[in-house]
Amino acid sequence: MNTVFNMHGGIHPKEEKHLSNPGTVLDAGLPPSLVLPLSQHIGKPSSLCVAPGDHVLGGQLLAEADGMVSVPLHAPTSGTVVAIEPRPVPHPSALNNLCLQLECDGQDRWIEFAGCEDWRVETPDSLISRIRAAGVAGMGGAGFPTAVKLMARERLPLQTLIVNGTECEPYITADDTLMQVDAAGIVEGAQILAYILGVKQILLAVEDNKPAALEAMQKAAEAGGDDCKVMTFPTKYPSGGEKQLIEILTGKQVPAGGLPADLGIVCQNPGTAVAARDAVCFGKPLTDRIVTLTGRALTRPGNYRSRLGTPIEYLLTVAGFDPTQNRRLIHGGPMMGFALESAAVPIIKTTNCILVPTEQELPTPPDAQACIRCGLCAEACPASLLPQQLYWYARAKDQEQLERHHLADCIECGACSWVCPSHIPLVQYYRAAKGMMRESKTEKIRSDRSRDRFEARQERLERETLAREAQRAARRAAAEQKAAEGGANDPVAAAIARAKAKKESPSDEGADS
Amino acid sequence: MLTLLQSHPLFAALVALLGLGLGFGAVLGYASVRFRTEGNPLVDQINQLLPQTQCGQCGHPGCKPYATAIAEGGAINKCPPGGQETIDALADLLDIEPQTLDAEHGEEKEPNVAYIREDECIGCTKCIQACPVDAILGAAKLMHTVIADECTGCDLCVEPCPVDCIDMLPRKGGIEHWRWDLPEPSENKSGVIATDRAAA
Repeated sequence: MNTVFNMHGGIHPKEEKHLSNPGTVLDAGLPPSLVLPLSQHIGKPSSLCVAPGDHVLGGQLLAEADGMVSVPLHAPTSGTVVAIEPRPVPHPSALNNLCLQLECDGQDRWIEFAGCEDWRVETPDSLISRIRAAGVAGMGGAGFPTAVKLMARERLPLQTLIVNGTECEPYITADDTLMQVDAAGIVEGAQILAYILGVKQILLAVEDNKPAALEAMQKAAEAGGDDCKVMTFPTKYPSGGEKQLIEILTGKQVPAGGLPADLGIVCQNPGTAVAARDAVCFGKPLTDRIVTLTGRALTRPGNYRSRLGTPIEYLLTVAGFDPTQNRRLIHGGPMMGFALESAAVPIIKTTNCILVPTEQELPTPPDAQACIRCGLCAEACPASLLPQQLYWYARAKDQEQLERHHLADCIECGACSWVCPSHIPLVQYYRAAKGMMRESKTEKIRSDRSRDRFEARQERLERETLAREAQRAARRAAAEQKAAEGGANDPVAAAIARAKAKKESPSDEGADS
Repeated sequence: MLTLLQSHPLFAALVALLGLGLGFGAVLGYASVRFRTEGNPLVDQINQLLPQTQCGQCGHPGCKPYATAIAEGGAINKCPPGGQETIDALADLLDIEPQTLDAEHGEEKEPNVAYIREDECIGCTKCIQACPVDAILGAAKLMHTVIADECTGCDLCVEPCPVDCIDMLPRKGGIEHWRWDLPEPSENKSGVIATDRAAA
């Protein structure tokens, strides 16, 4: 049907996708209150435009985009803004960040949306601003503002749009479900995105472990037109990584430090395509998403359509959470997700899965042992890196060598940790090392600027001292010159002379006055 | 001349060596003038490694003077803002043994940023004059404020303030400055062989 290529490395972890029953969307319902973090995307946090006490309708703007790389935030239902304060957010740090709490009034009243009748007659720029105004950010996990990604068309010639329906991570079936229930929406969204980007070719990529989604997408693509082509390829983790998928579909590799746009390719998640379609055709902002709630500690796992800001504890109750079975909560999948400290955090635009495993299902990793240099990690690495070397250099904090071994190209997929017979948490080391390098880079920029400012100030002070001295010298010289020119011009001598004259002839005084 | 050289090989060798010496000497002499390095390159290299806080905790009026002192053989462990990392980097550059931070000059702490409580500021300009990187904005009898991005957290503005309205706040508190920690290497925690752990 199609030619595909092989990617480097990769692993085959247990899929466990059947658990969450892909293909059916359940409704998570309306929780009593929603907590909406102002930073649900990559870039600057949105800036608030409501105050506590305000009553808002569903779809109303709560916070607008602050600058270029940012997205606005909309109310997922009607209710009252009760608090704007730092709250726990889904983030590996378990730190608090600014959130807006919306007390739902239960009526779920919405504002009127205005979509455009026919997007084919609009200019790409006006469509981009519609997508931007709807607050769409990449829904695959990274949360990069979609409108900014679409602006790549201004810099580079593009040929291909890839809709990445790979969803290679175990357990997660949110995209699988979306492809089964709204394949037509994905195709239309992809056509809108392709029109904006000015590309002629749309590749809809689906892994071969999702036959139902594949069939639905094929039907929709045939109905959609000639420009869409469904591609399928063998299941392997992490084929859904942007760069890995491009290698599988085209056989070309994205250069180190480069972007897919360098090859004329842009990748989008199916959820993002649907959100873009909703934004353009119906004027509907992004206020909900499909979240996979799965794991054997849930009695009713499944794919739940949830409003943004829904607390995870509420969703767990809906999905039949059994607290006796579970020891930890994972935001995202088992390979790339992170553990949550508490269930009191909300879901955000990038939450595709909440994994609630039992201890038998996903046991606590045993203590790491020494590296035996078996080399399995290097075979598994999809980015063709040397995980072992990176591990040593990360431990030694040797930034020069880390850079030379291309740490920045690590996609943090976790394949190396998964194959490691010594259970070394390799990805943890890389994440820490990346953070360390990022920090020292910003510190370097900072210290360079401080040095420049310090030197500029030193120079200025020196200049001022010199100027003052020159002024003083000039004044002294002028005074000396006057003194040399004689008493006539010297005011002191003149005054003395006048006083003397006055004393000598007091009669003149009367005549003067 | 030629016949003289031919008949006295020793003399010819001397002349040849003298000629070569003069020729290369001229080249070297020219190069030393033409490609002269301005300043002391070692000072610049050391200065690159210092944190540029310009705080003066080392006893020198700024990072560059301290770099000059180090280049002349001064101690490398007098910089609290740089901490152990800077000392190690300096030791590596100068090929000497790394030392621990000299506690006399202060202790390593998280970077700060100055914050002026603006209601209390009387506009005396004393902090502006103290700031080594011109990071404070204001004029006489008008409120002053710190350009937070440019502040090095050197503490030099705190002392001169007559109304004590400057606070030093931690620079890296928020979620945007958070980063993953290196995992604790667990070879130290448990035995290398699984049965060791079972026994423990």
